[in-house]
Amino acid sequence: MIWLAVLLPFLGFLVNGWLSFFRPDAKRAVSVIGVGVLVASFISALAGVVGLAGAVHDAPYIVHMWSWMPVGELQVDLAFQVDELSAVMLMVVTGVGALIHVFSVGYMREDRSYPRYFAYLNLFVFFMLVLILGANFPVLFIGWEGVGLCSYLLIGFWFDDEAKATAGKKAFIMNRIGDFGLLLAMFMIFRAVGSLDFLEVFDAAPAAFVTNGPEITLITLLLFLGCIGKSAQIPLYTWLPDAMAGPTPVSALIHAATMVTAGVYLIARTNILFAMAPVSGAVVALVGAVTALFAATIALKQWDIKKVLAYSTVSQLGFMFVAVGVGAYAAGIFHLVTHAFFKALLFLGAGSVIHVMHHAYHHTHSGEDAQDMRNMGGLRKFMPWTAAVMWVATLAIAGVPGLSGFFSKDQILAEAFARGQGAFLFYVIWALGAVAALLTAFYMTRLMLYTFHGPNRTGEAEAKQLHEAPWVMTGPLVVLAAGSALGGFLNLPHVLPGAGWLEHWLKPVTEGSVPYLSEAHLSAGLEWRLMGLATLIAAAGMIAAWYFLKPDRLGAAKAAPAEAGVQRVLLNNYYVDELYNTLIVRPTDWVSRKVLWRIIDMGAIDGAVVHGAAKVSRLLGWIGTRFQTGNLGTYVVLFVIGVLFVLSAVAG
Amino acid sequence: MGMVVNLATPAGLFWGMLPEIVLTGWALALMLVAGWRHGGEEDQRFAGQLALAALVSTLFALWWLWAKDARPDGIALMIALDGFRYASSTIFLLGAIMTVMLSLGYVRRERIHTPEYYLLILFATIGMMVMSAAADLIVLFLGLEIMSICVYVLTGINRRSVFGAEAALKYFLLGAFASGFLIYGIALIYGATGTTNLTLIAVSITNLGLQSNGMLMAGIGLLIIGFAFKVGAVPFHMWTPDVYEGAPTPITAFMAAAVKAAAFAALMRIMVHSLGESIGTWQNAVWWLAVVTMLGGNLMALAQRRLKRMLAYSSIAHAGYLLTAVVSGTETGAAAYLFYAFAYTLVTLGAFGVLAVVGRNGERDVRIDDLAGLAAKRPWLAFAMAVFMLSLLGFPGTAGFMAKWYVLMSAIEADQWKLGIILVLASVVSAGYYLPVVMEMYMNQPITEEAHQESVAVGAGRWVIGATAALLLLIGFFPGRLMDVSRSSSDDLKPSAAFTLNAPTGPDAGMASR
Repeated sequence: MIWLAVLLPFLGFLVNGWLSFFRPDAKRAVSVIGVGVLVASFISALAGVVGLAGAVHDAPYIVHMWSWMPVGELQVDLAFQVDELSAVMLMVVTGVGALIHVFSVGYMREDRSYPRYFAYLNLFVFFMLVLILGANFPVLFIGWEGVGLCSYLLIGFWFDDEAKATAGKKAFIMNRIGDFGLLLAMFMIFRAVGSLDFLEVFDAAPAAFVTNGPEITLITLLLFLGCIGKSAQIPLYTWLPDAMAGPTPVSALIHAATMVTAGVYLIARTNILFAMAPVSGAVVALVGAVTALFAATIALKQWDIKKVLAYSTVSQLGFMFVAVGVGAYAAGIFHLVTHAFFKALLFLGAGSVIHVMHHAYHHTHSGEDAQDMRNMGGLRKFMPWTAAVMWVATLAIAGVPGLSGFFSKDQILAEAFARGQGAFLFYVIWALGAVAALLTAFYMTRLMLYTFHGPNRTGEAEAKQLHEAPWVMTGPLVVLAAGSALGGFLNLPHVLPGAGWLEHWLKPVTEGSVPYLSEAHLSAGLEWRLMGLATLIAAAGMIAAWYFLKPDRLGAAKAAPAEAGVQRVLLNNYYVDELYNTLIVRPTDWVSRKVLWRIIDMGAIDGAVVHGAAKVSRLLGWIGTRFQTGNLGTYVVLFVIGVLFVLSAVAG
Repeated sequence: MGMVVNLATPAGLFWGMLPEIVLTGWALALMLVAGWRHGGEEDQRFAGQLALAALVSTLFALWWLWAKDARPDGIALMIALDGFRYASSTIFLLGAIMTVMLSLGYVRRERIHTPEYYLLILFATIGMMVMSAAADLIVLFLGLEIMSICVYVLTGINRRSVFGAEAALKYFLLGAFASGFLIYGIALIYGATGTTNLTLIAVSITNLGLQSNGMLMAGIGLLIIGFAFKVGAVPFHMWTPDVYEGAPTPITAFMAAAVKAAAFAALMRIMVHSLGESIGTWQNAVWWLAVVTMLGGNLMALAQRRLKRMLAYSSIAHAGYLLTAVVSGTETGAAAYLFYAFAYTLVTLGAFGVLAVVGRNGERDVRIDDLAGLAAKRPWLAFAMAVFMLSLLGFPGTAGFMAKWYVLMSAIEADQWKLGIILVLASVVSAGYYLPVVMEMYMNQPITEEAHQESVAVGAGRWVIGATAALLLLIGFFPGRLMDVSRSSSDDLKPSAAFTLNAPTGPDAGMASR
């Protein structure tokens, strides 16, 4: 069944791709196919997962498709691995993916390139499934590169806008830096173990590597470099906010729920390697915690509704890396799942808002920014459903007790705290995370207040055009809201009844790393106290936002005064983009233009080597053909020279 | 182990040579038919269809043996029954089938109304199959001569072409000269080891310690020269451009693909099976031949402006790549040969097929710039040609890449790093003449409005061009299956340990040590 789940989106891509060339107006067919393959894929994945849960098995199911590269020692099969971890990811990708496809039917309805959009989206799901199901590193890498390609295509979907095309390129290039690390790690693993199959590598790892040795540490750090690029962590996070140039459902699917979490998945998948390299684990956790806090501060002051969510995503991914870095793999995957629900919901909700705003402005031919929160306000009157479900998601991400985000975030912080007894660093990580959580509650409440509450700042004429989005868009939101609210029950804390279901489910995948991880256990009392603290943090953040922010006093975007001081620094992402431009992009550009291109390429390589070699080659060839006289006598003479030559070679 | 055939009995010999016997039967029948019906176009086409039926049924007979996994009872005395024979014979038969398919349209257009044309292709194919099946130097020589004489005649079969006649005569004279070296080499090897059986030669060399025997070494050297001529290795390549240019285009394809593959099959069997243990005596010579051939072929191709001549020199370069696989002297090298020969047969037939479509009057004068703008007028034909050029170049995603890569692997595995590096460098040079073809087709405008009006692939030729292009891409992306077949077909090419230790030496082996 699993192969069907993978194949269907690909078929969808082929058919929709064909339609985009030959029947660009067949929107109904495209919708049916684009959404249908995802739903069917979800159903077949579900059947596969139910089969997995029901069957007694002591090893993952490996589905061999065909032998791809049988070369000497290197045996790479195109094979899929179905185990507890890929089952969870499978459900998230196909489930959330199907909902977002449905939403897209409404959101993209009037786009000129409707079939192309669905073709890309189907292709993305295909590659994402290859990524999470691959049974070895090369297959994972195909998926990894494939989703990167689709991300590039979808960020630059409206490629006639140059800024958007540039954002696509930026994402692509930043990801290449990370992929370089992933590739190097693969080479090193192959050299050490002689295989790239997950099962073989993980079985052989305890014998092949020295725990905490330099080799395993380097391998895991290189793997993490790949994760940094794909999952937008410091210092390679700047592409993700720019990636918001793509259609909003794409941001929801690729840049919130699925692709950007691939890094977390990779670390959870290779958990035994990271467990054997505690230094790398600490680096992962620290980078995650710093990113979580850093991105949260930037989110405080963004006006673009999607930018807030983008920085929020970077921050939440930081939380997940804290979890997998400290060795709490189940907690990381847990947050990945809950985040997929509430962040997809937030993005889709924001998409509804932007959709409606855009329509209103389009109707009045106003050039105002449909994504700027200063132009919104009071939208709950016009869009009650959207406002309600987005509040659910906001409460979930802020960490209000009982909702999914509360449990998953609390678990990460508790796991980090528990390891503080072993090393003080983990207390620092916990503290960074706690502050980030406080800021999360603040900026999310800010987003809601400015968007849905207070007076309407859209403008008189536009306000008449505001209305609730169609049901194809609100329907998926309601389903996701249910997920955001109830997702926490997947993995309740230890002190509650029915606790740790997901942790138990993932045990077959993570148990290999258990011997290498330090014992971390919290007393029930401490756990209760941490939960209480988390509740306080959430409440404090939200109340502070409510108290300090005055949506009534906010003016529309064009009337807003320029920001000053710290606020401007935050609004401009700490000027990191400018910093990268000055320190890396411009010098590289200069060197490649002036030195590499002018002097080395044009002068030395083209002039001396290429043209020179071409001339010499042609000359030699011409000399060779001069012997081709057509005269038999010449041929025989050469033949005899050859005979002498061969005989002397044999004798010598 | 599958069916065991006792080659000492007539029945065993019959089953062991079933494909050759089937093809011979068909060829004799075709000869009778040609005797009664040799009038014109209609008869010529009938002969072609008959030849096609003959080759296809032979292929099935061969595959029947392969499926039965027929193996000899004891050592192979005259005829080898192993995967290497089945696989390489399959390549020759496929090459011959595609040649006949290309010829159907070609002979009508060029008004070659001689049914012997097809008859000679059949007999040449029998010769090739005997060569790859030979387990004895004498049998091998018989096969070689059956093939060669047919090909000499085929070269000059278009009697209206002066170039064809000249090329045939040159080919025959030089070929006879080379055969002399080959048979002399066989004689010396017999003198040294006391046997002409390929397995027993290996046994004698080991048991009698002949690794540095002068007579043996001279014999091996002459043998290499004979084969170097047949595969067109530099500096024994001088006949190739003239002959390839003068012969009818489908026949050129047949020579470049199947004839060359057959010579390599025999050479590979001798070098790996009989002389694999005494690799030190011959590796150096073949190493140099490979280097000179790769570099020479590619450099000289660079200087060509005429497409057919360029492909002739390119085929010399490819012989150099295949010699690299021979140098390794291992079963991996043999597997690489099988993969390479298959891919090369496809690409050669396809490329010459396109040439036959775009050219007229023997295609002697089709220049590379004549293809300008083909992509705009005949997109599919240009696409196929681009696939062929890229595959010849060894561009990733085509079968040519995997083939070259496999050869490279075999060289690296045998610690031939330098040779591998030279191979890669030579391939870089080859981009200098393959890519201009693609550029002409895609980036230049047609010279005149009427250009390429008549360049339409029709009938069976179209199938050959389409199928080869599709297969090349398919293999380029999914090489696994073909690699498995190549490897399993050549993994018992070396004589098994039981024979080398216990088998009797030749009756008068003692004489040789004196």
